[in-house]
Amino acid sequence: MKSTTIGILVVAAILVVLPFVAPNAYYLDLTVRMAINAIIVLGLNLLIGFAGQISLGHAGFLGIGAYASAVLPTHFGWHPLVAMGAGAAATAVLAGLVARPIFKLKGHYLAMATLGLGIIINIALRNEAQWTGGPDGMPVPAMGLFGFELSTDRQWYWVVAALLVISVWASLNLIDSPFGRALRALHGSEVASQVVGVDVVRYKVAIFVMSAVFASLMGSVTAHYIGFVSPNFADFFHSIELVTMVVVGGMASVFGSLVGAVLLTALPQALATFEGWETVVFGAILMGFMIFLPKGIVPTLAAKFGKGD
Amino acid sequence: MARLLEVSDLSIHFGGVKAVQNVSFGIDAGIVYSVIGPNGAGKTTLFNLITGVYKPTAGEIRLDGEAIHGRSPNELARRGMARTFQNLQICMNMSAIENVMVGAHLRLDRNLVKAALRFPGLKRRDRELRDEAAQLMDFVGLGQYVEARADSMPYGALKRLEIARALAMKPRLIFLDEPAAGLNPKETIEVDHLVRKVADSGVTVVLVEHDMKMVMNLSDRILVLDYGKKLAEGTGEEVRRNPDVIAAYLGAHA
Amino acid sequence: MLAQFLQFLFSGVTVGATYALAALGFTLIYNASNVINFAQGEFIMLGGMLAVYFTMAGLPLPVALALAILIPAVVGVVVEKLAIEPVKGAETVTLIIITIGASLVIRGLIQVWLGKGTFSLPAFSGDEPIHILGATLMPQSLWVLGVTAVVVAALWYFFNRTLTGKAMLATSYNRLAAELVGINTGWVLFMSFAMSAALGALGGILITPITLTSYDVGIMLGLKGFVAAVVGGLGNGLGAVLGGLLVGILEAMGAGYISSAYKDAIPFVLILFILFFMPRGLFGGKSTDRV
Repeated sequence: MKSTTIGILVVAAILVVLPFVAPNAYYLDLTVRMAINAIIVLGLNLLIGFAGQISLGHAGFLGIGAYASAVLPTHFGWHPLVAMGAGAAATAVLAGLVARPIFKLKGHYLAMATLGLGIIINIALRNEAQWTGGPDGMPVPAMGLFGFELSTDRQWYWVVAALLVISVWASLNLIDSPFGRALRALHGSEVASQVVGVDVVRYKVAIFVMSAVFASLMGSVTAHYIGFVSPNFADFFHSIELVTMVVVGGMASVFGSLVGAVLLTALPQALATFEGWETVVFGAILMGFMIFLPKGIVPTLAAKFGKGD
Repeated sequence: MARLLEVSDLSIHFGGVKAVQNVSFGIDAGIVYSVIGPNGAGKTTLFNLITGVYKPTAGEIRLDGEAIHGRSPNELARRGMARTFQNLQICMNMSAIENVMVGAHLRLDRNLVKAALRFPGLKRRDRELRDEAAQLMDFVGLGQYVEARADSMPYGALKRLEIARALAMKPRLIFLDEPAAGLNPKETIEVDHLVRKVADSGVTVVLVEHDMKMVMNLSDRILVLDYGKKLAEGTGEEVRRNPDVIAAYLGAHA
Repeated sequence: MLAQFLQFLFSGVTVGATYALAALGFTLIYNASNVINFAQGEFIMLGGMLAVYFTMAGLPLPVALALAILIPAVVGVVVEKLAIEPVKGAETVTLIIITIGASLVIRGLIQVWLGKGTFSLPAFSGDEPIHILGATLMPQSLWVLGVTAVVVAALWYFFNRTLTGKAMLATSYNRLAAELVGINTGWVLFMSFAMSAALGALGGILITPITLTSYDVGIMLGLKGFVAAVVGGLGNGLGAVLGGLLVGILEAMGAGYISSAYKDAIPFVLILFILFFMPRGLFGGKSTDRV
């Protein structure tokens, strides 16, 4: 059996067992949040780790999805699933529109453009209070599926776990396909991939839009799961958290994305006991990881034990 | 023989520097055509112009009579142009064979959704391609590296990996930018044979190389550049006897 | 009409001068190391907060201000030694996260030490507004503009007329070549961090009597300084100064004439437009990749 197949099975097995060993509701809730972040990070890692492009504004797209799920059913009576789709579509259109000019940029200019986009979205969510509830946020109606209402954490857990396994499988497929090879090739050498016929900008745009849509959809899921949205969903710091998950877990590593999401979702919870020192410790840990494990956890371990991923 | 590539009055300026000036020449299908000249003569710039990496300031490039100057590299790849690079452009984040497989990019179904959902035909086609890429690696003498990571291979092998990647495009025209640079004499002879094999397989070869023995041995025609200008063009014998060429190589630059 | 316009212009130029100082800080570090220092905003915050702390502790103003510039400079050097030097040549994302980590540590420490309150400094020479064509100008604005102008002139002299400055400039053009002619590039890096932290802190001190300060003002100020540096074409010192003023003025005009709620969004809308049409900023050069 291929090592990636084993990986998927291990992930699936862990997800099946977890809810039965989770000691209480707090841990189940934490696991759901980890899984949601893991799916977003998988998409973001395709962009950052595999294609070698940066985005410091992905929380903005997450915010669009979350607020679509809050605003459209509340103010216009849309079905939550339709609202979720509309959020994803709006994200795709926005990401697609800005991506063409953005991806002519490189390095820090690209960082600046994506950062700016995220901040603009965040400010808009904060300011349009008559729709969004402003800085205080707003409640989100429950998600109904075919006359069945998703409400308990346990129900959400199975939905999110299934989505996660599918996402891992799809990411692995994508990487090991002509599309994925082209993506990695343009990271390795942009000019070499151009001369073999890769339309570099098109690929960057495609993966940017795809990862943005992932973020938007999971923003919707988060909104329904928590039952509440606030502009913090879309703030700059959240974008940074997502990028950090990618890098700490390991760039260009599918399983690294999972590890990064799990660790950095748990970390702030664990630090809550430091009373006031959370920010300091969080910052110090980020720096420590980047200095001592710049390649990320999973690739470093894989290199140590001589196995690819 | 038909004219495959026709270059007329081609120029490019970078600020005040005229890197290539009014260069004209033609390449017939099926030959080995070499471009030589001292360092800084504009050889690589010429390659970059023809393969679309740079846009010319003036002049024309025609492939099969159709104007192609100003087109992007990926469009030109579609028309059967392949190239290697003087400074290696290998994707070190991928395995050796994947580098070759990227060369076949245009011949595959590149749909994102189908790939993510693992459509059955796609996977089978990919396996066939892997076999084909392995054969190509064999062809360029890299059979032992089929399973290797690109970043674990020696320099000489990477030079050939670039040739294998270019060949995976099934090109009509291949531009080799100093394939023997930095190689030892034995490796140079091997590359010499490899270029011959490529030419014999029906691909038109355009070669930039400093190893004169290799150039004289392989080329049907030679273009000599100096300071961005065409100094001479002809068969190896004609070029060797050209007084301007002798002056440039022995006089002014010696 | 004119009075209103002038009023917006005054406040735009004043805050723009702070952005210009921050943008110069970004530029210095970027040129020396190719790093975008996302902790730059924290130096602005440090300058303001430390000035507040030392004056409240009873130190005379000049001493308080000197300390409020000196300490951030030391912090800048510490960040460079501890976090940037060990990861030379790392990927852009890695460096971005390291500097963001550093900014969290600095911000967190100040929050633990001085709390979450908002503080102010007395204006350096009174609060008596000056009336110009119906608009009012605070004396502190003159301090901001005057000191910024002096600093810019001093920097210009430093980079163009002194050997040390020229060595730093040479390193930014070509590190290897600079090393070959005997320039200690490690020391250049050290100097760049010290200088940009000091510049940021200076801006933070000057603006505090006008805009107040708290532990978290560094995020937005820093990001806007980054915008200004990119507007000016990353790495271009004069561009950074002009970029800072432009961002400040447009922000004030936008807040005044269009929507004050969207004030903070204006620099980012501006930078997106500029990057769409001029991928290297207003004053950035063209570059061609060599293959």
